[in-house]
Amino acid sequence: MNRRSRSTVLAVALAGTLALSACVKNSESSDDAIKVTSTADGCEVSAAKADSGTITFDVTNEGDKVTEFYLLDSDKLRIIGEVENIAPGTSRGLTVQAQPGDYFTECKPGMVGDGVGNAKFTVSGDDLAVDEDEQKAIDAAVASYTAYTKDQVAELVTNVDDFVAAYTSGDDDTARRLFPITRINYERIEPTAEQFGDLDPKIDYRKPGAEAENLPFTGFHRIEMDLWLDEAKTNYPDEKLSALDDTGRKELGEQLVTDIKALYDKVHSADFVLTIGDITNGSIGLLDEVAAPDGKLPGEEDEFSHTDLYDFYANVEGAKVAYDSVREIAAGKGAEGKQLVGDLDRQFAAMFALLETHGDYEQGFVSYDTVRQPQRNELGAQLNALSEPLSQLTHTVLGVSKS
Amino acid sequence: MTGGRLSRRSALGLIGAAGAVGVTGGFAAGAARDDDAEPQESVVPFHGKHQSGITTRVQQHLYFASFDMTSTATREDLKSLLADWTDAAARLTQGREVTTEGATGGGPYKPPDDTGEALGLEPNALTITFGFGPTLFAADRFGLEKKRPKELVELPSFAFELLEDRFSGGDLCIQACADDPQVAVHAIRNLSRIAFGRAQVRWTQLGYGRTSTTSKSQSTPRNLFGFKDGTANVFSNDDSDLATWVWADGSDQPWLAGGSFLVARKIQMLIESWDRVRLEEQEAIVGRDKGRGAPLSGGSEFTEPDFDVVSTAARGPAIPMDSHVRLAHPTQNGGARMLRRGYNYVEGNNDLGQLNAGLFFLAFVRSPEQFVGVQRSLAKDSLNEYIRHIGSAIFAVPGGIRAGESIGSGLF
Repeated sequence: MNRRSRSTVLAVALAGTLALSACVKNSESSDDAIKVTSTADGCEVSAAKADSGTITFDVTNEGDKVTEFYLLDSDKLRIIGEVENIAPGTSRGLTVQAQPGDYFTECKPGMVGDGVGNAKFTVSGDDLAVDEDEQKAIDAAVASYTAYTKDQVAELVTNVDDFVAAYTSGDDDTARRLFPITRINYERIEPTAEQFGDLDPKIDYRKPGAEAENLPFTGFHRIEMDLWLDEAKTNYPDEKLSALDDTGRKELGEQLVTDIKALYDKVHSADFVLTIGDITNGSIGLLDEVAAPDGKLPGEEDEFSHTDLYDFYANVEGAKVAYDSVREIAAGKGAEGKQLVGDLDRQFAAMFALLETHGDYEQGFVSYDTVRQPQRNELGAQLNALSEPLSQLTHTVLGVSKS
Repeated sequence: MTGGRLSRRSALGLIGAAGAVGVTGGFAAGAARDDDAEPQESVVPFHGKHQSGITTRVQQHLYFASFDMTSTATREDLKSLLADWTDAAARLTQGREVTTEGATGGGPYKPPDDTGEALGLEPNALTITFGFGPTLFAADRFGLEKKRPKELVELPSFAFELLEDRFSGGDLCIQACADDPQVAVHAIRNLSRIAFGRAQVRWTQLGYGRTSTTSKSQSTPRNLFGFKDGTANVFSNDDSDLATWVWADGSDQPWLAGGSFLVARKIQMLIESWDRVRLEEQEAIVGRDKGRGAPLSGGSEFTEPDFDVVSTAARGPAIPMDSHVRLAHPTQNGGARMLRRGYNYVEGNNDLGQLNAGLFFLAFVRSPEQFVGVQRSLAKDSLNEYIRHIGSAIFAVPGGIRAGESIGSGLF
């Protein structure tokens, strides 16, 4: 299972951990730099702790694939700083302004899939003064969230490979188990993926949506329909649905792998630019995905597998990461900002806590068709409680002057 | 969430220049006139001894909402919600937007505070009335066990009920009445939004076409069976009847002084079956003449029914023993009366092509026993063949407030 998929976003202990102005310097190396050695399956860091302030990592690639190095926040999701495209045999530097807190380091040989050598990294010492220059803070937030998006898609590439491999080989049990897990990366960044209007319909359209737009029904939900065929026959009793043969499965699987690879290329291209508004609006957009009439809350997203709670949780995680990216900026906007951040911290924590009463990624979430209406109403009420303050975030970040 | 968007200060009852709409005309009670001649108050005062929306002239449209507090809501959440609702209601009933920033003044980057669909509409006599359900007072919830009026308990079961949870119950209710449906819907929509994180809508009911009147100056309207309804209502100008049958005196719970109990029943009417009933039988079932509304014992609409009159045509009592008027009449129920404010509803058709329509019955009573007694009498009502009660709720309606006070603050 995907390690990062298992991790739980911590709703506390985030204050003061924002690292500002993460930047990459080429082949700059100094005696103070922390040495990082990336190999085929390891990520050795010469120190596990540092004092707050400027920290430089000097990353050397001793493996045989292009690699990356990350400094991750305590939730293991948000990227504080990263350095990409380190060719075999070369080294590059990463400099971050780090606040005290717990972080994680890891490398990613081959630049796709899960990272390796994940290790705890502790920063102690005094809090750094928050940068007065708001533009710098915004740039850092955008850099951090953009890196996060790329990382999620990179993980998605290998997770989809595994899922499709199980499906095309006829290992239905494994494919059914991997289906909701594989979707986690996608669901965390859904509004971003949906920017690519040609790809999302192929990857994530539901059957009624594809038919309404006269598109071939492909992607995750087409495979879902094949894997949970009995349920599909119940939902669409008027249609003659039959199991796909090996060729049909192969075509469907290859299509999904191709489309996900295309998504990877798009988010890793130089044209891929996100703004601070994309991030804050994307955050509320993720929750809208949950509440929509064909979304997770009504149980329409995964109408055959009933794995909607995985998607629900991942959407909220994605919204939380987007929020965390701009949290310090919002908190700096006077009393209004402080109040909003307080509300959002509390409501995100309550949302996760409520969702976790229904399971988690590791143990599995309960099948959503067993979640009765009063419990769904409770989820809906908490979703409203979170969405209302979150809808103020763009205004607070962009529309309120610092006081 | 603390609802900090609402400024307490803004709710002190001052009508801002933009929202200033005068109260037009005096209201001379007593003289019987038809609706056209009636003064249409555009603003009904929100503050007063009683909540507005009870004896207020019955407006043309209703939007009613029942809410549940969220599972994580605290006593403090309830208190702040009632304060925020009070502030917003005071503004909305004056025809103002829900906050000073309103629908367009909050800047381009955030969703507007006010949803905006009532912009440019007059206040349309909007009233907003709040009530508290029995579940709000349950042990281990908000520490209100000792504040529960002893009569505030779930209604008992009655004959001919097919109650559904999705139309029943609730911790809190809001009745919004106005002469424009959009104004009533706007009020509930914005109040629901203020509640997110503290309370969530449980069910709502849209009503059109009042089916009763609170003064003889309003003509008696007709229900969907085509009969005049509410002829024998408690009227707003009869202080003695109101004191006897509507207003609670607070001897049980001081916070309820000047308040009342609200019984809400969603009554489905089997329209197609009724429409196939011959006129003579329709009139016998109701006990009134369909055209004029007079009791079958003779006279005009407001003539008291005489249950002793015998008719040779009917070969028995002129007002049949199992007629609605006889069984519901105060003389048959220890004198019990109610102030009714019901509305018709039509919600399209069901899968069988039948109308989903009926009466959303609302009655204000000093004691729920008034309703319970009458409803038990109606077990023999021949009208039962054509109606089913499908929703049910009861609420304690606190008394009115002065400017600066909060609805229900006596609970805390």
